Amino acid sequence: MSVEIEDTQDIQNYVRMLVKEQGHEKAELIPILHEINGKYGYISDDAIKELSKQMSIPSSHIYSVATFYRMLSTEPRGRHVIQFCESAPCHVAGGRLVWQKLTEELGLKKGETSEDNKWTLLTTSCLGVCGVGPVMVIDNDIYGNVTPEQVPGILSNYE
Amino acid sequence: MKVTRSMVLVSSDPESLDRGALDVFSTLQKQITKFGMEEEISLTMISDIGKSVLSPLVLVYPDAVIYGSVTTKDVPKIVEEHLYKGRIVEEKQVSAYDLSGRVAWLSARKGTLPAENRIVLKNVGLIDPENIDEYIINEGYEALGKVLNEMTPAETYKVIKNSGLRGRGGAGFPTGLKWQFVSGAKGDKKYVICNADESEPGTFKDRLVLEGDPHAIIEAMLIAAYAVGADEGYVYIRGEYNLAITRMKKAIEQARNYGLLGKNIFGTDFSFDIHIHAGAGAYICGEETALIESIEGNRGEPRSRPPYPTTAGLWQKPTLVNNVETLANIPAIIRNGADWYKAIGTPSSPGTKVYTILGNVNVTGLIEVPMGITLREVIAIYAKGMKDGSNFKLAQTGGSSGSIIPASLQDTPMDFDSFSKAGVSLGSGALLIANEDTCVVDLAKVLLNFFRQESCGKCNPCRIGNKRGYEILSNIAEGVGTLQDLNDMQVMSEQLIQLSNCGLGQTAGSPLHDILSHFRAEVEAHVKLKVCPASVCPMSGRRAFQID
Repeated sequence: MSVEIEDTQDIQNYVRMLVKEQGHEKAELIPILHEINGKYGYISDDAIKELSKQMSIPSSHIYSVATFYRMLSTEPRGRHVIQFCESAPCHVAGGRLVWQKLTEELGLKKGETSEDNKWTLLTTSCLGVCGVGPVMVIDNDIYGNVTPEQVPGILSNYE
Repeated sequence: MKVTRSMVLVSSDPESLDRGALDVFSTLQKQITKFGMEEEISLTMISDIGKSVLSPLVLVYPDAVIYGSVTTKDVPKIVEEHLYKGRIVEEKQVSAYDLSGRVAWLSARKGTLPAENRIVLKNVGLIDPENIDEYIINEGYEALGKVLNEMTPAETYKVIKNSGLRGRGGAGFPTGLKWQFVSGAKGDKKYVICNADESEPGTFKDRLVLEGDPHAIIEAMLIAAYAVGADEGYVYIRGEYNLAITRMKKAIEQARNYGLLGKNIFGTDFSFDIHIHAGAGAYICGEETALIESIEGNRGEPRSRPPYPTTAGLWQKPTLVNNVETLANIPAIIRNGADWYKAIGTPSSPGTKVYTILGNVNVTGLIEVPMGITLREVIAIYAKGMKDGSNFKLAQTGGSSGSIIPASLQDTPMDFDSFSKAGVSLGSGALLIANEDTCVVDLAKVLLNFFRQESCGKCNPCRIGNKRGYEILSNIAEGVGTLQDLNDMQVMSEQLIQLSNCGLGQTAGSPLHDILSHFRAEVEAHVKLKVCPASVCPMSGRRAFQID
């Protein structure tokens, strides 16, 4: 997931292209927000304003939707996003100790992004791969049966 | 739990005890030792398995043989003939039909091991999910042909109604009745929605069906649409399920190319097409009215009901919402008939249930078994016992919205009615099995943390109740809880259950309620003795939250 500093013009063009492609029905709002989030890593104020204009939906509504869903972000995130499952099955399987190790290694608390913009550490609810808990996801890579000892090795895979 | 060759269970309800169950137990113990089989046969006094005129009962697994009216005199023969030589002592054997109460469900097994019986997962792992032809060869779209050519819409929902199929999303509402409601609702336009927003922690059964047999869902939605009179459908898949979304898209494309979706299917007047809507990460969207809000492009906040979606759902049109597992049963029921389906499972809950087995056991994974299997059987037979010889302490069913089931309920048949009588819930079919290293306060804290974050915030009882519940549990876990906190928890759980607007808040109260009713001593140890018996909680003596 890369965060590029894009100028307003570029974002506006992208939003216009999406709306043209997918239509301006309100039902298309969440799919379009998905696309924007996927391209820029987050949904900026510029994107919300342009979307509001193109779809004739108040920006307050778009903001309320964008902040409601976990997979959408209105804040920039680091180059790599770690999602750690904190649901009961992973917790019972030893997730508590893995989480401790993870926060120590990164020096981050839940929801924080590192100063060098490399990592964002998030917790998530069940990811549906509970057979191999504890589970964490870095970007799109799923790691199962994670032990505290494995954490440094896993993190070193990312530049 | 050790891995043993056989399990012998002796009933211990008051009636059995009265009739000498304890003596039977100790004689069994002596005889088993006499034959030197104590390492290979486990002997357990099981909790109440229901009143029976034939008590005391001795159950032998894996053969699933029940001996009734057992006296100490019968024991040597049972041990020597059955356990040592492997021959069933027929004169003492009773058929499950003669039994009353909770053991009657054993009839579903016909005296055999509760074997897996795959209806929902019939094709999963056996066919190529990206090839429609493989689905068709395996009786695929046969049920659709049958309803379109031979049955009226009313006949179709009647078959489902007669089969006794109940919704597998957790609530257990009769599926055929729901279909009838939508069919009878007035409206020029109707929708069928497949709820594939599986986010219940510990549950991944729907993902396996979507990834392994997507055409079964398309076929079932077509049948449902025909029965209720809908011409448009949505599959709402949770956004994290990338592979499921890809496979479903491909399957829909293939079905369109074969003329199975679109206009005038099989040359009839019936037309139907399906869209996919990917979720964006919100547990609450599994609630059907929140899901509908989400498709419409809004925050996933549940609506007030009534009106129910069956009369005013998506864009205020009558809408049928069914879970993936529920739908996956439909083609088989249409092909084989309602009577065939009713013969599987228990009378109140026909059919099979897919369970995900998780936690401190030797084998985790997915099973599909007839309704009515017990936790003890799941642990011993499918999970191959507890990990590292540890002891079973509790199970948490149905993800976060299920119940915490203490070991004393491990012989209760898992079906909708037996569970609701025992005051617990089957939920979505996740079985998180925990050993004595699990602390109930810590577990409840994790569950409340989940609800606290996933609450949509629309109604006060849920938004505030979950936050306060989490804070109280955190304080107890730090060793600064008070007895007043326990009272507050009790009140809060009742308020959550009774006052919340939707199922999320209503089930969020159950962990608080469950730990107080089943594990009160352990919770009190945290408060009175400042000790966490499982040595899990931090017990720092510092308040995690200041509560006024």
